[in-house]
This record gives sequence, structure tokens and C-alpha cells, in this order.
Amino acid sequence: MYSEEHKRYLNKIKRYNFLIRISQILLFIVFIVVWQILSDKKIINPFIFSSPKKIITCIINLHKTNNLYKHIYITTLETCISFILGTIIGLIIASIMWWNKYIAKVIDPYLTIINSLPKIALGPIIIIWAGSGMKAIIIMALLISVIVSIINIYQGFTSVDDIKIKLMKSLKANKLQIFKKLIIPSNTSIIINTLKINVSMCLIGVIMGEFLVSKAGIGYLIMYGSQTFNLDLVISGIFILCILATIMYYLIISIEKRLSLKN
Amino acid sequence: MNILEIKNLKKIYHTPKIETLAVKNFSFNLKEGEFVAIVGPSGCGKSTILNMIGSLDNKSDGDIKFNKDIKIGYMLQQDALFNWKTVLDNCLLGLEIKKIKDKNYVLNLLEKYGLKGFINSYPTSLSGGMKQRVALIRTLATKPDLLLMDEPFSALDYQTRLSISDYVYRIIKEEHKTAIMVTHDIAEAISMADRVIILSSRPSTIKRIVDINLTDKKTPIDNRKTKEFPYYYELIWKEIDHV
Repeated sequence: MYSEEHKRYLNKIKRYNFLIRISQILLFIVFIVVWQILSDKKIINPFIFSSPKKIITCIINLHKTNNLYKHIYITTLETCISFILGTIIGLIIASIMWWNKYIAKVIDPYLTIINSLPKIALGPIIIIWAGSGMKAIIIMALLISVIVSIINIYQGFTSVDDIKIKLMKSLKANKLQIFKKLIIPSNTSIIINTLKINVSMCLIGVIMGEFLVSKAGIGYLIMYGSQTFNLDLVISGIFILCILATIMYYLIISIEKRLSLKN
Repeated sequence: MNILEIKNLKKIYHTPKIETLAVKNFSFNLKEGEFVAIVGPSGCGKSTILNMIGSLDNKSDGDIKFNKDIKIGYMLQQDALFNWKTVLDNCLLGLEIKKIKDKNYVLNLLEKYGLKGFINSYPTSLSGGMKQRVALIRTLATKPDLLLMDEPFSALDYQTRLSISDYVYRIIKEEHKTAIMVTHDIAEAISMADRVIILSSRPSTIKRIVDINLTDKKTPIDNRKTKEFPYYYELIWKEIDHV
């Protein structure tokens, strides 16, 4: 049994966490309510700034015309494909660089250049090369996510404790064994962190790509809305995107938890 | 019988700006079952010699000859245990690398040397001394004939150090291993070794080899209480180059 003091201590923590949660929810409600009131009273222009009610109506309309899910599906699919491809390519290239320091040194300046280049500048070229379909969007997302993953994972690979590598060598492990039994397991947390960054990077790339070329997807929805001056649609698109990004982020978190339980 | 013969070992380290002669004229023979300690001022290249014997580092010149086909085991300054493996799996690492499936020898060692209750624990839950004990079992798992120990206790606090050196000494004797231990601790060297090699500062050469003859030689802790102990301490202390 706990002592009275410990119970008070536990209660204090519980109350504190509860307060934080309540404040978070309250902040959201106040924001929505104030927005609605300002819009109703015409203090802000409802045509430009929209309002929560109009957004809900807009989303319901999208749902009724069956467009909502198509757009969400397309954006999710594009993000997933580029996320999976980006992670695999990033891992492979980082592994090659770890395996062969010579290659790593040779491509290092090029990685830096590509990394600092604003990828949106490549947009026109990508459209011409890959056409105006999903391919172009995925290439855009890959360009944004792959370089960052390579750099992060490679850094993790090279920062493995020298003494552990010495241990493996003293046990006569070959390079592949060092890689499989030491480098990869000691970098799981770095790889998962890279996955987290990758999800948001891919989403940025996909939306950017949809702005440029697409015929469907949430990026397309936002772009279409702005071109037809339908700000309700634009803000609805952003709102849906918020939810989508949050869901994807928590998916990775739950994978991380499951993996760390295993370890 | 000599298990190892070293002649005129030499090591040069290269950096773009400078080359450093780390070791020169290092020759000595190691008998089977012997425990030899190497002492010397810090940075004199003690570990370098060990690395060359264990072929973790290339020699610049000289001969290292093993008189049998012997296996070498390394014990490092840090335990270097893998946090994602249990104690048992850490101990099996050497066998895993050699693709040997038989766990029995390791399980016996763990049981014999008091680690049986911990085989499913993870290293993070063990104390520093415990981890070093696990590291020793990991080294012994591959059945090495010669143990190379590179300041194996220097990361431990003083008390743990004393008890672990007792523990390691007992195991080495019981399992009939030959051992070379590098240390900067003179007392540790005298209390454990049959012979102490004193190295000069860089470039290191052998200054003197001292045979340790203690009356009633027992465990390292008991050996520290023998009447010859202060004499050897004084002798070695005077031989080592001090800054």
C-alpha cells in the first residue's frame, strides 16, 4: 500500500495531466467558437476566411458526392508508396555508403548539393520527364524524403561505438556480420526516427506534387479551390490534411512502441 | 612450453602530418598457463602491443609466432555488451558469429560462475561489475587458449575492481588459460601476474621483466597482503618512467 504522501503525490500528477488535456481541448473549442462568431458578425470576411460551419457543410457535400474518399485515398496512396520506396532506397544507399567509405566520400558533396536544392525547382522538369500523373508526384516526394533519410541513417551507422566494432572484430566477425548483428540493431531508434521524419517529408512532397500536376488528391482539392476562389474548399482541404498527417504520425508512433517492446 | 614467441615487434603510426614510432624491439616468450602483466606509463603503446598480438592491428615489423594453432579471446576495457540482447545472448555472440548452435558450454559457465539467475536479464539492469563478469564469460564462450585483456577493470570503481579481479583470476586459473593483461595499476599487476613486463615511455621498449615470487600465492586480494608485495611495488614503481 502507498503512504498518504505518495497518494497525494500521485493525485497531484493526475490533476496536472488532466488540466493539460482540458486546456488543450478548450483551446481548440475557443478557437472554433471565436472564428464562427467573428465570421457571423462579419468582423472578418466569411467569403475569404470561411467559417467552421461552412467547412463542415463543405466536407459533408464532398462526402455526399463521394469525392471526399477518392481524394483522401489518392493522397494516402501516394504518400504510402513514396514513404515505403523512400525508406527502402534511403536504407540501401546508407548501407552502401557504410560498406564502402570510398563511395561515401565520393558522393558526399553531391548529397549536400541535392539536399540544399529546393526540390520544388525541379517541378517543371519532373512534369516533362515523368508526365502529369501519379509518377511525377511520387518522384517529387522521393526527392524530398530520400536525401534526408540517407543522411540521417548514414550518420547513425557511422556513430556506432568503436569499442563494439573492435569486439566484433576480436570475435572474428566479417563485415556482413558486423552490419547485421551490430550496426542495424544499434540503429533501430535512429531508423524509426527517420521514418517519422519521412512520413511528413513524403506528405509535403505529395501535396507539392499535387499542386503542380494532379487531377485528384487533397493537394488538388486545395489548388482547385483556390483557382475557383472557393475558400471553403481550400480550408476544408487543409483541415482534412491536418487529420491525415496526425493519423500517419500516430501510426508510426504505435509501430515504434511495438518495436521497443520487443527490444 | 612456449605458446607464443614475439621477436623485435615494431609499430609505426601514420597521420598525414607525422609518423610516430609507438613500439620497438619488443621481444618476449609466453609459456602455456602463464599470466603476464604489461605495465607502463600511460600512452606508451601497451594496448597497441595487445592489438598486434590479437591481429586487430597490423605490425610494422617483427615476428609474432604461435607455437600451436591457438584461439585468442579478447577482453576489452569496456564491457561493450549489446543492450538489445539478453545476458545469455550476449555471451553467445562469439558462437553466433561462428555459427555454432551449442549453448551448453556457455550455460555451464554462467551457472558455474554465479550468473545463472541473470541469463534472461538485459545489460541495462546490471551493475558495472556484473557486466564485466558477463563480458568475461562472453570471451570464454569461444574456448580461447590465450586471453588478451586490455585494462579490463579500469572502468570499474575500486571495490568492484578488487572483487572482479579475484573473480577473473579464479576463472582463468580454473579454466587453465594463458593470459596477457595490460594495466596501469601496479598493485593489480603484482597481485595477479607471474611476470610483469615494464615498458618505457614512447617509443616503448621492454625496460625490465620482473618475475613475481610471492610466498603463499593465492587469490589477488590475498596476494596483496604478502610480505614481498611492497618490495615488488617499490621496484616496479621506480622502473616506470614518471612524467
